[in-house]
Formats: sequence, structure tokens, C-alpha cells
Amino acid sequence: MSEAKPTAEPVLTVREVNWRQALPVAIMVAAFAVAPLFVYPVFLMKALCFGLFACAFNLLIGYVGLLSFGHAMFFGCAAYAAAHTAKVYGFPPELAILTGTAVAAILGAIVGALAIRRQGIYFAMITLALAQMVYFFCLRAPFTGGEDGIQAVPRGKLFFFLDLNDTTTLYYCVLGIFVAGFLLIRRIVHSPFGQVLKAIRENEPRATSLGYKPNQYKLIAFILSAALSGLAGGTKAIVFQLASLTDVHWNTSGEVILMTLLGGLGTIIGPVVGALMVTTLEQYLAATLGAWVQVVEGAIFVICVLTFRRGVIGELSRLLKRPL
Amino acid sequence: MIFGISTQALMSQLLVGLINGSFYALLSLGLAIIFGLLNIVNFAHGALYTLGAFVAWFLLEYAGIGYWGALILSPLVVGLVGAIIERLMLKPLHGLDPLYGLLLTFGLALIIQGLFLNAYGSSGLPYSIPETLAGGINLGFMFLPKYRAWVIVFSLAVCLATWYVTERTRLGSYLRAATENPSLVQAFGVNVPQMITLTYAMGVALAALAGVMAAPIYRVSPLMGSEMIIVVFAVVVIGGMGSIMGSIVTGFALGIIEGLTKVFYPEASNVVVFVIMALVLMVKSSGLFGKAG
Repeated sequence: MSEAKPTAEPVLTVREVNWRQALPVAIMVAAFAVAPLFVYPVFLMKALCFGLFACAFNLLIGYVGLLSFGHAMFFGCAAYAAAHTAKVYGFPPELAILTGTAVAAILGAIVGALAIRRQGIYFAMITLALAQMVYFFCLRAPFTGGEDGIQAVPRGKLFFFLDLNDTTTLYYCVLGIFVAGFLLIRRIVHSPFGQVLKAIRENEPRATSLGYKPNQYKLIAFILSAALSGLAGGTKAIVFQLASLTDVHWNTSGEVILMTLLGGLGTIIGPVVGALMVTTLEQYLAATLGAWVQVVEGAIFVICVLTFRRGVIGELSRLLKRPL
Repeated sequence: MIFGISTQALMSQLLVGLINGSFYALLSLGLAIIFGLLNIVNFAHGALYTLGAFVAWFLLEYAGIGYWGALILSPLVVGLVGAIIERLMLKPLHGLDPLYGLLLTFGLALIIQGLFLNAYGSSGLPYSIPETLAGGINLGFMFLPKYRAWVIVFSLAVCLATWYVTERTRLGSYLRAATENPSLVQAFGVNVPQMITLTYAMGVALAALAGVMAAPIYRVSPLMGSEMIIVVFAVVVIGGMGSIMGSIVTGFALGIIEGLTKVFYPEASNVVVFVIMALVLMVKSSGLFGKAG
């Protein structure tokens, strides 16, 4: 999306961008590390899971220019896989989350192979339609528990010694997963592979003429994004001990788009900030506003697109004249 | 009996399929026209279909205007809302990546759906069939409810009229020319911005018309549009948005296929359209009637 380019000063090498982003990233991680002293940790964990989800989504929209309207299918299926393996097969949490990630990656490979056959808005419509198909599958499949979902998922012990039933331990484990996922995404974006992705976003025919195969790059990016969304979904299932139809519903796909758009498409910390803002909105306004949350979210979409397409962090980055 | 299924059951599902098909056709037609000129996929289409049904309900509840009045007034009201949306919100997005239009109209869809959910809940409101079309005709092999026959015939007529206007009239030729090259058409003295507004208004008026027709069959519910729009997107991917007739044919065909699936393999009836979409993408990725790209 041409409008959403990182708003960096004209010519910065990857290394320079990487270095300049190090400070805001360090501040963000430090803030999350001390945050449980001031904020309810369960809320923070929700924000972390959705933050990782939004970063994974942003990998696709911000750096390849592909708008997926069905990312909830990866998040939700991973949540189901993690919840099912942890509850029924008694998998330890790390293995359950990894199973979720793997399921999301496989689903991502199938959906990605179909969706990248079309571009732009068709891509968005295809991913939405396939996600709806997955939703109906989850509604009917025997192991998802239908309308009830999978409840009371055991948290278990991470690596057999870290008891996740202790909220503080759980929080720092989730933070660890988040930071690992976040740094991986950042590494992907700044890698030569990520540079090719950006080249494809900017000018696909030229990238093709230089000998790159755009579809292969797009598919790999799609699978990576799906797998990382799965990592977020699996973690969410363990943290909240629940996987439900909400996780695969198109509303969730819309929410992750909102988070990324609000924070800033194609910025590195924007999606996390956006996730924090939207989660806060849901957490604290849901009690007073009820179903108005949907109206508010819709209004944010409209205002965002009409007035600050770069998102909060994108605009901030432009003001400060440094990549964030 | 055909394949162990009674003719009665088969015919009634076929009828439901045709009715859904006519809604798919009307909605995808509007989407295609709007996309052609504005280069925007109107995510709010489903929500405006809902709005059409609700306007019909409001007219009956608060003004005592029945079905036939609503059939004319509701598309006008929704068309006006559409014109306002286009002028205030879509126009500033002109020239930007079309994905922003999709995101903006998605936001609008959330707002409209959310407002109705707050006011009326998710269970929906009843809207009765007009008296002149109550009852049905016994055709011997099946019972044909008059209202359903009317919906199919009328939708088909509206679809064909839309096709005629865009493909065979002077106004339609302006529309098609502006789709190809707006600045050149503007240079020839056609007021293109006005045409864009009217096109959007007409596209959403078609959605509202479908909404009014759907009101007596399904209940008037805030969620009716969001369920519909996702299927219609799949229909549009299957047919491609390049051709008006393509949208009509694909819409009706998929409705019939969906109806038949309900008879022969009910578990798959919700997903059959999406499965067909996946198959079409594998075989002919530009859609059955689409241009490459």
C-alpha cells in the first residue's frame, strides 16, 4: 500500500534503520517488563497476544502489501489445536503452542497458495471467503465443542518446571514468546528476504524482471505470517484456557486489521501500540458501552482511513523524522 | 422421486436456491458496477442491504407504508444515503490504493450493523408478505408460494434491465467509457464526478431492493447483511467483476447449486460456494467471466 510506506528519511540503509529502531523497541520491551506492577497482568497478556497477532498480520500488509481479511482462521485454528492437544492429549504448554503454530502454518500454505493467485482486493475477498469456510468447519467439527468452544484448558508446566498457573510466571513466559516473535518478525523485515518483499510491494513487474519469483516470496511471507498468527493464537488459548468460535470469526479478522491500521501499517511497533489501544477499548469500554464497541470500532476505521492513514505510530514517526 | 429424494423437497430447495441466487445476483451486480467506476469493493454492500430491509420495516411501522411503497421508497432512501457516503467519504479516497476504500466501507458496515444490533438485538423482526401475494399455486408436482415466484421474476427483470441500461443505452455507454478512461470522458464534457455518485447510489439501491424483497422471506435482522456479503464476495471472485451478465449468471447459478447441495448433502450447503471458489481459483484464477489481473 503505497500510502503506508515507512515514513523514514529518504535514504537509510537497512542497518541504519535497524539501529535507529533499537531504542523504541527497547523502551517498549522494558515498559512491558515493568507493566504488571501497575496494570492487571491478564489484560496485559491479552494485549501481548493480540500485539503479536497484529505484528504477524502487519508482516503481510505492511511489507508485502497484501491485505488478508481472514487472519482469524490462523489465530483461531491454532487456538483450537493448542487447546485440544493440551486438554485431550495432555501436551505440555510449549508443545501445544507449537502444534498450534504448525497447524496455522499448514493452513497458511493451503490458503496462501490459493489466495496469491489474485491480487489487491480480490486477495482480500478470497481470504475472507476461505476464512468463512474455516469458520463453518469449526462450527461443525466434533473436537471444537461448537458454540461452547474448548474450555478449562490446563496451563500446565512450561518445560516441565515453570508452573504457568502462577500469574507472574505466566506473564513473563507470554512476554518471552511475544518478544521472540516480535524480534523474528523484525529480523525477517530487515533481512534480504524482507527487502525483496518490499521490492515486490513497490513494483512487482520490476522485481520479476530482476529474476525474483514474486509468488514464491509472497507464499513464504504468507506462511510466516500465518504461523506467527498461530503462535499468538496458541499462546492465547493457554493463557485464557479457552478456544472458541470468536477466535475464528471474521470480527477477529477485522479487529486485527483495525489494530494494525490504527497503530500504523508498515511500522515495526505500530501494531503493538494499536493492539494495546483496541484491547483497552474493549476491556474498559465494553462494560459501559456494550454492543456500542462495534460502532466505535467502525468509526475508528472510518476516521483512520480519512484522516491519518499512517496510523498513530506512522504519524509520530513522521513528526520525529525517524523510523519507528 | 429423483435419487431417492422427493420431487417436492427437491423443488422447494431449488426455489430457495433461486431466491438466494437472485439476491446474490442483485448484490454482485451492484458490487461490479461500483467497482468498475470507483475501483472500490464496497464492503458496506451487505450492511446497506440490511438497511434496505430495515427501511421497509420502518415505513410499515411508523408511516403505515406497505410492501409496494417500500419497494420504491427504500431503494431511494438507501440510494440517497449512498450518495452522501460517496460524496463525504469515498471521494477523498480517489486515487489512493483501493484497499483503503475496502477498509473504510468495512468500518461503515460495522457502524450500521452495530447501530441496528443495539437498537433491535440479533433475533430480527417479522415482516409479513403483502396480501396480494399471500398463498400459493398448486402446480401438481409442487406448491409454489406466490411471493417467492414474484421475487424470482422481479429480480430477474431488474437484473436484465440493469444489463440493458449499461450495455445498450447511451447512459450506459458513458458509464462504460468512464470505467475505461474517466479523464477522457470528463474532457468530452460528461460530468464524471456526478456520474460516480449516481453509480454508487444506484449500486446500493439495488442492494436495498434485494433487502426489501428478502424482508418477508427471512426476518429483518441486523446480521442478515454480513452473512450475505461474504458469500457475495465469493460469488464475485468466481464470476469476476468485469461483466454484468457474468455477475447475473454466476449469482443465479450459485444459488441453485447451494439449493441442490441442501438436498443432497446438507452439511456442505454453507460452504459449497467457497469450495467452488477455491476450485475456480485453481483452474481459472481470473474468474469465469473476468479479465486477467
